[in-house]
Amino acid sequence: MMTTTTADPMVPVPYRIARVIREIDGVFTWHLKSLDGSAFRFRPGQFNMVYHFGVGEIPVSVSGDCRDLDTLVHTIREVGPVTNAMATLRPGDVVGIRGPFGRPWPIDEVTGFDLIFVTSTIGLAPLRPLIYEVLHRRSDFGKVVICYGTRGTDDIMFEADLHRWRARFDTVVHLTVHSAPSGYRGRVGGVASAIRTARVDWPSTQAFVCRSEALTRQAVDTLGGLGVTPDRVWVTLERNMQCGIGLCGHCQLGPTFMCKDGPVYRFDQIEPLYAVREF
Amino acid sequence: MVQITNLEEILSAHPFTAGMDHDALETIVGCCSNAVYHPGDYIFREGDPADDFYLIRQGVVALEIHVPQGQPIVVETLETGEIFGWSWLIPPYRWSNDARASEQVRLLKLDAACLRRKMESDRNLGYEIYKRFLPIMARRLANNRMRIVELALEPRPTHSRRKG
Repeated sequence: MMTTTTADPMVPVPYRIARVIREIDGVFTWHLKSLDGSAFRFRPGQFNMVYHFGVGEIPVSVSGDCRDLDTLVHTIREVGPVTNAMATLRPGDVVGIRGPFGRPWPIDEVTGFDLIFVTSTIGLAPLRPLIYEVLHRRSDFGKVVICYGTRGTDDIMFEADLHRWRARFDTVVHLTVHSAPSGYRGRVGGVASAIRTARVDWPSTQAFVCRSEALTRQAVDTLGGLGVTPDRVWVTLERNMQCGIGLCGHCQLGPTFMCKDGPVYRFDQIEPLYAVREF
Repeated sequence: MVQITNLEEILSAHPFTAGMDHDALETIVGCCSNAVYHPGDYIFREGDPADDFYLIRQGVVALEIHVPQGQPIVVETLETGEIFGWSWLIPPYRWSNDARASEQVRLLKLDAACLRRKMESDRNLGYEIYKRFLPIMARRLANNRMRIVELALEPRPTHSRRKG
C-alpha cells in the first residue's frame, strides 16, 4: 500500500467520502478513502486542513485510529458556512485533504504513568485517536480514566466507544451531564466533579485535557488541587489555522505557531499566554 | 458478632466533620440521627421547611428542580462523602429544590433547629460549622459558574434530521 504524501503541503489530495455518520445533532463523522488507495499515516493529536472544493478549507483533528491506515476519519461540527456546506455532502463526494500537521499527543513520554483524559462534548474527537492508541498499548500504562461531560443525555458523542471502553476491566469511564430527566441514575454535574471521583495515583498521573479554552483552566486547577502539576497536563488549543506549516501567521499566539508548535502543548509551557486577555 | 458503631464515630469519619474537636462533635451528635432512603424516595421537597441537613454516608442523591407542567430536571448528583442542604442556614429556612435518592442512600441527618440553637449559644461551634460549609458552597458556586460558561460556549444543537 502506498502512503499519501503531499510533495507540496499546500496542495490538497482528493479523498472520497465512504461513509457519513450522524453522531449527534449538528455533528457528523466522515470516513474517507484516498482516490488512489494510498494509506494515510498520522499520530494522535494531529490535524488536517479539509477542503470543500469551491467553498472553503478548515482545520479538523483526525478522530480515527492511527493504526487503520486505510480509512481517514474526521468528526466535524456544523458551526459556520464551510462546515454547514460540508454537512450536505454525501458518500461518494470528494473533498481535499492537506496534512497531517501539528505536534501530536506525547504518548511515548507518558508510559508508566496513570492517565486521565478530561474532555467534554466534541473535545472527545481529538482525544479519541490517543485513547485508541493507549488501549492498543494498554500494558505500557497504569490506570486509565476517561472523564467526559456533555450538555445532556442526548448529546453524548461516540457513545458506542464510551460503552466499549467502560466495558473493559482495565479502563474507567466517568460520564457526567449538565442536566437529566428525573430518574436518571448517572452522574449530573460539571466535569470537575467527575475528575474528583477518579481513583488514580495523582502524583504519578499525566492528564490530557481537551475542552474549550475557558474551561481548560478550570480542569487544570482541579487537577492541580489533586496533585497533578502543570508539567504533567497536556492541552490542545484552537486558533485560525490556515497554511498548516507556520508560514501565514494566522494561528500565531505570542511566540508560538499553533499549526506547527501545537495544537498540543504541555500546560506549563503555554500557561503564561493564558493570562494575556487579548490572546 | 455484630459490631455496633456509635454515632459519634460515624460522624467523625465523614469528610465534613473530619478533624473536628471532640467537644464540637459531642455537641453536634446530640442533633444527629441515621436515615435510610430507597431509590426514588424524596428526602425533601422544594418549599418545605428546611428542618434538617444531610451528610451522605453512602449512595447517590439527586438534586432536582421542579418544572411547571413538565418532568423535574436533575441538576446535580452528590455522592458518598458529600453534604447537601444549606437552606437551613438561611432564612426563611425553606428548601429551594427537591432532593431524591437515586439509589439506596444512608445519611446522617442533623436537626437544623437543634443545631441553629447550639450555634447561637456557642459561637465557636457556629464558626466551625460555617468554616466547613463555606468552602463547599464556594466550590459548588464556582463549578456552576463554569457550567454556565460551558453552556454559553457550546453551540446549540442544529436539530437537523438528515442521516448520512
